[in-house]
Amino acid sequence: MIFALISEGVDTIFGYPGGQVIPLYDSLYDYGQDIRHILVRHEQGATHAAQGYARVSGKVGVALVTSGPGATNTITGIADAMMDSTPIVVISGQVPSPLLGTDAFQEIDVIGITQPITKWAYQIRKPEEIAWAVSRAFYIASTGRPGPVVLDFTKDAQVGTLDYKYSKVTHIRSYQPAPEPEPASIAAAADIINNAMRPLALVGQGVILGGAERELKLFLEKADIPAASTMLGLSAMPSGYRLNKGMLGMHGNVGPNRKTNECDVLIAIGMRFDDRVTGNPEFYARQAKIIHFDIDLSEIGKNIPADIAVPGDVKETLPAVTALLKPAVHTEWISKFEPDEQEEYDKVIAPMLNPPADAPLNMGEVVHRVAQAAGKDAVLVTDVGQNQMMGVRYFRYDCTRSVVTSGGLGTMGFGLPAAIGAKFGAPERTVCLFVGDGGLQMTVQELGTIMQEHTNVKIILLNNRFLGMVRQWQELFFNKRYSATTMENPNFTAIAEAYNIKSRSASTRAELSEAIAEMFALDEAFLLAVEVATDSMVYPMVPAGAAISNIIMGDDNNE
Amino acid sequence: MNNKQLFTVIVFSENTVGLLNQITVIFTRRQLNIETLSVSPSAIPGIHKFTITTFVDRDMIDKVVKQIDKRVDILKAYYHTDEDLVYQEIALYKLSAELFTGMNEVEALIRKYNARVLDVNSDYIVLEKSGHYEETQALFDELKQCIGKGVLQFIRSGRIAVTKSRIERLSDMLAAVEDKIQRK
Repeated sequence: MIFALISEGVDTIFGYPGGQVIPLYDSLYDYGQDIRHILVRHEQGATHAAQGYARVSGKVGVALVTSGPGATNTITGIADAMMDSTPIVVISGQVPSPLLGTDAFQEIDVIGITQPITKWAYQIRKPEEIAWAVSRAFYIASTGRPGPVVLDFTKDAQVGTLDYKYSKVTHIRSYQPAPEPEPASIAAAADIINNAMRPLALVGQGVILGGAERELKLFLEKADIPAASTMLGLSAMPSGYRLNKGMLGMHGNVGPNRKTNECDVLIAIGMRFDDRVTGNPEFYARQAKIIHFDIDLSEIGKNIPADIAVPGDVKETLPAVTALLKPAVHTEWISKFEPDEQEEYDKVIAPMLNPPADAPLNMGEVVHRVAQAAGKDAVLVTDVGQNQMMGVRYFRYDCTRSVVTSGGLGTMGFGLPAAIGAKFGAPERTVCLFVGDGGLQMTVQELGTIMQEHTNVKIILLNNRFLGMVRQWQELFFNKRYSATTMENPNFTAIAEAYNIKSRSASTRAELSEAIAEMFALDEAFLLAVEVATDSMVYPMVPAGAAISNIIMGDDNNE
Repeated sequence: MNNKQLFTVIVFSENTVGLLNQITVIFTRRQLNIETLSVSPSAIPGIHKFTITTFVDRDMIDKVVKQIDKRVDILKAYYHTDEDLVYQEIALYKLSAELFTGMNEVEALIRKYNARVLDVNSDYIVLEKSGHYEETQALFDELKQCIGKGVLQFIRSGRIAVTKSRIERLSDMLAAVEDKIQRK
């Protein structure tokens, strides 16, 4: 198994040993110079770390856990990777094959549990299967629309011996990673775009996963098409880019959300029309012709019907369409984003970035200040909730693969382990984690991993002593009945200190400035515990079930 | 959208452990009932064929079949309406020898339904009838009406079907895949 992993280029594993993987860990002991093993503090952390590693590096993340509870603890991370198309391979130990089905100690039906939430799940029962299964696992996880693969590895297969021979899988007859581009649909898409007066492109994570950032730029520029990203598509285009009109969806930017319902051609590129992006599909872009580029045929027409489907890898299909485009200029259409941008700036952004001097700190300004100090190549990692929305809205992206966040599953507790994985995936980049007081406490034990590995992650805790996003919904939609959302919190800097991690708390702007400077001056992990306003809200907001153009701009000015 | 009808899903897969589970969870997650299910090796060695029927609207069956097709070990999944198919089910009826032979019209009944006698002894008689659901059901209903408790056991298989189309899509697809691999 270790040879097979080395053959696949694995250099980092996030894991946690246990009874049924002791033989595997024993072999790992001899190969420490080839594979670095990061001992996490909980198996969920291993999967999220593998995700963080994969998202920034583009390589397959690997988690190694024991059977039974070790395996069931990985379920959240596996499901998260499935929803967010993240290539990870999770190797779980399993009881010896003669004991399968006997309810042996720490036996659980891992394949049965994980099949619905993996791209592929396979139980290795014989040593002869190892090379084949590992190669197939990495091929499946990383090709086409990426996703998680589980290898359930019985103990007897771990201790069996054989002459090792490895051959890399290059095809599987029942699996077509990417559909062949169709010349007819490419021509049809180009024709519609050539006749568009008000085109709008929606950029999803497919562009990043396909490594098609440059192809996207050439496509947008040739036909002068404004574009906006889904949350997971962020950083496919730099923040300041002329045609980048921001983020789509529930807490996205006003311009692209409104323009979705004003454009005449909507071009979706490697995105899946998640309900957080579309709002109510009955009122979504009904006026527009919709072109949908996707590598996954089951996504086309799943949520929003497409007028033209362009199946295939966007790295191939985008340039094919670009070649057929006539150069165009849409200056007037693009200028129509400006009033929306101005309105959002005036009503939402400016009050957040320039608050009255005596007002408590707010999340937006903290993110903004950290982003300014973090440098150009910083990676943003977030947890889930208000910290996430504020993080993705107010951070700046200069290069691709700069956002690690849990989109589809919305996993609280994702942030801290994912940040650790991201740092291992991109050691030369600064990793900034924004996390709430709720989410941090869901996986706070991973501070131990940081302590042991000296992982240089910058943890910015946005502590509002509330489960802020639920509180926001309670304020807006449940008559301010704050059921189970107040948090009595521990002393977070004392916790950091206990783990030998430098920390500071900040509750004023002066303290914040000093603390940020100190955090980035240090070449080690840092916890910056910021006390932020308890009652702040994330705006703009499109209420769940409303039309995407129906945007709440603030506490008392519903559109 | 809410026009439910009976669709027949035909799935070709590799013969790997756990495939049935992978397919059924796709139905379960959408609260769809599988009406009938039949699984067996196909004409091509190593490839299994699933024939599944379900009541669903066309929009949903299209999405379900795409999800099935997407699974790594599935070669291809198709869906059909009854008009596209020649299909059949088989039913067995275990009947009390005493009550069945006591019926007046045994010969007429067997002729009418084109049933076959598979086994006869002093205790019971086993009939076999193949046909569409309504046909096997009609014989059951008539037997039940005539001899009531004399129907000791009744079992009906899942649907099996072949397409009426002249194009054999699976072999064409496999040939295309092989061709692509060769070209690499």
